[in-house]
Amino acid sequence: MISSRVIIAVLYVLLAPFVIGLLDGFDRKISARMQGRKGPSVLQPFFDLKKLFEKEFLTANKTQLFMIYSYVFFIILSGVIFYAGFDLLLVVFSLSTAAMFLILASTSTHSPYSAQGTHRELVQIMSCEPMELLVAVGFYLATKTFNVSEVVANSVNSNIIYLPGFFVGFVFILTIKFRKSPFDIATSHHAHQEVIKGVTSEMVGKEYGMVTLAEWYENAILLGIVGLFFLNSNPVSFVGAIIAILVVWFLEILIDNTSARVKWQLMLKLAWGVTIVAAGMNLFLLEIIMG
Amino acid sequence: MEMLVTALICLPFLWAILPAVIHNSKCRAFFVYLGCGIVIALSVFTAVQWFLAGGQTLNFDLPYRETFDHVILFGDLFLMCLITYLSFKYKKGVISLLAIVQTLLVAALELFGPEVEELPALRFDWLTFVMILIIGVVGSLIGIYAVGYMHGYHIHHHKELTDRRSFFLAMIFVFFGAMFGLVFSQSLIWMYFFWEITSVTSFLLIGYTRSDEAINNSFKALWMNLLGGCGIAAAIAVGILAWNTVNLYEIIDLAIAAPKALYLLPIGCLAFAALTKSAQFPFSGWLLGAMVAPTPSSALLHSATMVKAGVYLLIRISAAMADNYVGNMVALIGGFTFLAASCFAITVSDGKKVLAYSTISNLGLIVACTGCGYEETIWAAVFLVIFHAVSKSMLFQCVGAIENTTGSRDVEDMQGLMAIFPKLAVILMIGIAGMFLAPFGMLISKWAALKAFIDTSSVYVSTLMVLFICFGSATTMFYWTKWLSKILGASPKEKTRDLTKKNEYISMFFHAIMMVALILGFPWLSEHVLKPLSNDMFGTVDQVISYQNMIIMIVLLVGIFVVPCFNYFLTKGQKAKQVITYMGGANVGDNFNFVSSTGEPKEMHIANFYMDEIMGEKKLFTPAIMISTFIIIVYMIIVIGGAF
Repeated sequence: MISSRVIIAVLYVLLAPFVIGLLDGFDRKISARMQGRKGPSVLQPFFDLKKLFEKEFLTANKTQLFMIYSYVFFIILSGVIFYAGFDLLLVVFSLSTAAMFLILASTSTHSPYSAQGTHRELVQIMSCEPMELLVAVGFYLATKTFNVSEVVANSVNSNIIYLPGFFVGFVFILTIKFRKSPFDIATSHHAHQEVIKGVTSEMVGKEYGMVTLAEWYENAILLGIVGLFFLNSNPVSFVGAIIAILVVWFLEILIDNTSARVKWQLMLKLAWGVTIVAAGMNLFLLEIIMG
Repeated sequence: MEMLVTALICLPFLWAILPAVIHNSKCRAFFVYLGCGIVIALSVFTAVQWFLAGGQTLNFDLPYRETFDHVILFGDLFLMCLITYLSFKYKKGVISLLAIVQTLLVAALELFGPEVEELPALRFDWLTFVMILIIGVVGSLIGIYAVGYMHGYHIHHHKELTDRRSFFLAMIFVFFGAMFGLVFSQSLIWMYFFWEITSVTSFLLIGYTRSDEAINNSFKALWMNLLGGCGIAAAIAVGILAWNTVNLYEIIDLAIAAPKALYLLPIGCLAFAALTKSAQFPFSGWLLGAMVAPTPSSALLHSATMVKAGVYLLIRISAAMADNYVGNMVALIGGFTFLAASCFAITVSDGKKVLAYSTISNLGLIVACTGCGYEETIWAAVFLVIFHAVSKSMLFQCVGAIENTTGSRDVEDMQGLMAIFPKLAVILMIGIAGMFLAPFGMLISKWAALKAFIDTSSVYVSTLMVLFICFGSATTMFYWTKWLSKILGASPKEKTRDLTKKNEYISMFFHAIMMVALILGFPWLSEHVLKPLSNDMFGTVDQVISYQNMIIMIVLLVGIFVVPCFNYFLTKGQKAKQVITYMGGANVGDNFNFVSSTGEPKEMHIANFYMDEIMGEKKLFTPAIMISTFIIIVYMIIVIGGAF
C-alpha cells in the first residue's frame, strides 16, 4: 500500500510534464481544427519549452529567478502531497503558497504590464480559492476524511453521486485555473493584446520555461482532483476517471474557443456566484443527508 | 506561588506611579525600561515555576483577601465616578448612565444581596499560563518600544501636541496589571473590576491627543465596552440571585451540565461582553477608531491586551457553548466578522487601517472557533491567539517605525521598501508571513477549524461557517499578498536615514525571533501546552492533528524558509543580462519613468487593486453592522426568552 503510494508520487514527478505537455499539444491541434487551421505538431509544446531553456538569460530583476524556483518547488510539493495520497486540504494550502511566489516574482520587477497581470492573477486566485477549499470539504463530508488515499479506499461508490454541485463548481473554476478564455485575464496566449503577457510579461527564457513547467505540474493536480470525483475502491473506476478527465479537458477547449474575454469584476462575481449556488447548495443538502 | 501572583498583579499598578510622577525624560525612560524588564522577568519566572511544578490547576486567594475585596468595591465606584465626570465634562452625559447602572447593580448585590459562598478568587491553569506569557512578554516589549517612539512622536513629528508622556506610560503599566488580574480571576466580581479598568484605560489611551477626533473615538470605545460590561454585571446578578455564586467556573459547570434555560443566560451575557471587547461586528467601530492614538497604544490594544481579554473569556466559556444557541451566536458573529473585515481590509490603503481590519478579521476566526466549542477549535483558537499576539504587535511597531522614517504609513508608499530600508522590510515580511502564510498559524488553525465546523451538529450553522471560512481565507490571502508584493522590488526613492530608535529595533527583533521560535516550536507547544490545556477543559487527550499532517506541515514550514534561501544562493552566481522592463516602447531609460504624450518623461506609479466599488466600506459597512446586530438580537432574545 505504502509502496504503491510512493510509486504514484514518483510517477507524478517524472511523467506529469510529459502527459500534460502532450495534452497541451493536442489542445493546440484541436483548437486549430475548430478555427479551420491545420495547427502545429502535437509535440510543439516540448519544442517550445526546449527553446525557452536555450535562450540567453535576460532579466529586469535578478531576484525573480529564485522566487520562480520556489514557485516550481511548492507546486511539485503540492502534487506529491496529492498523489502520495495525503491531506487534500493541505494540497490546497500548499498550492496557494506556491501562487504567492509567482505573485512576488512578477511584482519584483516594477513593470506596468506584469503588475497589472499580477493583480488580475490575485483576483483569479481569490475567485478560485473558496471552491478549491470547498472541494476538500465536500470529500470530507462524503467520506469522513481529508486523506486522498482513504477517500479512494473508503468509497464503495464514486463520490460524484454525493458531490455533483461541487463537481460543477470545480469544473467552472478550472477554466480560470487553466487560463482559458473567457477567463484568460491574468495572462494571455496572444501577446498583442492589452495585458501583453500579464503576470509573465517580464519572464524571459528559462524563467518563462520554469513557469510553463510549473503550470503543467499544477494542471496535473487539478485534473487529478477531477479524477478523484470518479475514483472508488474498485480499480475499474480508474477507467471512468480517465474518461471523465478527458471529457472535462475537451469541454475546457470548447469553452476556450467559443467565448470572449470578460472583465475581472464579472469573473469574480461569476466564480463566487457559481461557488455559492452549486457548491453551497450541495454542501447544505449533504450536511442534511449525512446529518 | 501566591506571592508571585500577588506581585504580578499589584506591581504594575504600583509601578505606574513612577512614570506618572517623574518628569525628567531620561530618568523616566530608565524606570519604564526597568519596570518592563521586571514584568517580563516576573511573568516568565512565574510561568516557568508553575510549568516545572507539573502544571496543576491551582485555586487560591491573595493574602488579605478581605482588604482586596474592599479595594475592588471602592475601585468600581471610583471608576464609575471618573467615567461620569469625564462624560459630563465632554458633554456626553448619556454614556455615564451605562456605567452607573452596572456599577450600582454589582455594588448593591455585593453589599445587600444574598450571602455568597466564599470561594478562592484566583485560579492558575494552562490558559492562564499562556495568557500571562503573552501579556508579560509581548506587552512589556511594547512598553519598551513606546519609550523611544513617544520621544520621536513629540520631539520630531507632533510638536503641536501637549506632551503627556508621563500619563501615557503610566497607563501602559495600569493595563498590564489589569490584564494579569483579569486572566487570574475566577470570581466574576474581581474579573468585572479588571474588565472595567481595561475599558477605562483604553478609553484614556485612545483620547491621548485630545483632538476632536480622538475624543469622539475614545467615547465610542467607552460606550461599546461599557455595554459589554453590562453583560458581565448581568451575569453576576443572575449568578448571585439564582445560585448564590459569583464563581466563573461554577457557572460554566452548571451550564455544561444543563445547557438550557436559565443556566445558559449568564453564559450568553458573558459571551456578549466578550464580543464587544474583541471588537466583533457590530462593535468593530471602537477598534477602528482606536487608530487615532499613537502607535504603541494601537499595538497594545490589538495584540497583547484588550481584544485578547475578549477572546480569553470566550475560550474560558467555550466548553459551555458547544452546540447551543449561545455557541451558534458566537460562531456566526465570528465567522461573519472574519469574512466582512477581510473584505474591508482589501479596500483600504492606510497601513494601520489594514492592520486594524486584519485584527478584527483574525479575532473573528478565533471567536468562531470558540463558539464551536470543540476540542479541535479550542486548540486552533489558542494557537491563533499566540501567533496573532506576536505578529500583530510586531506589525504595528514596524508600521509605526516606517511612518516615523518615511513620513507615510500608506501601503502605496511602501513600494520597494526592501531596497531602501531592508531591516524594516524584513520585519514587516516576517510579520505578514506570520499572519497568513501557509505553514504558519493560520494554516494549522484553519485546518482544525474547518474540520470542526463540518462536524458541528446544527446544519445551518455548519454550512454557513464553512462558507465563511472558505471565502474569508480567499479574501485574507488577497490583502496580505498585495501588501507583500509592494514591499519587494525596486524603489524609485533614494536611500535616506533610518530614524528608527535602537530600542524600537530591539523590541522588533525580539518579536521576530519569537515568531520564528514559535513556528519551529509548534509541535512542542502542541504537545506540552495545548494538549494539557484541552485535557483540562474537555478531559480528553486526543491528538488534534494527525502525526502524518504534522510531518507535512513541518516540511512546508521548513520549505518556506529553506527553499527560497537555498534557491537564492543557487541563483546568485548566475550570469544574467540586465534589461529594462517592457513599457510598450515608452521607456525613458529606467524602470520608473515613461515618455508621456507630451514627450516629457513622467514618473510611473503602479497601484494595487482596492475593489472599492465591489466591497468598499461605503457600500458594505452599514449592511454588515445591520446583519450582525440582527444576529445578536435574535439569538439574545432566544437565550433570554428561553431562561424564563
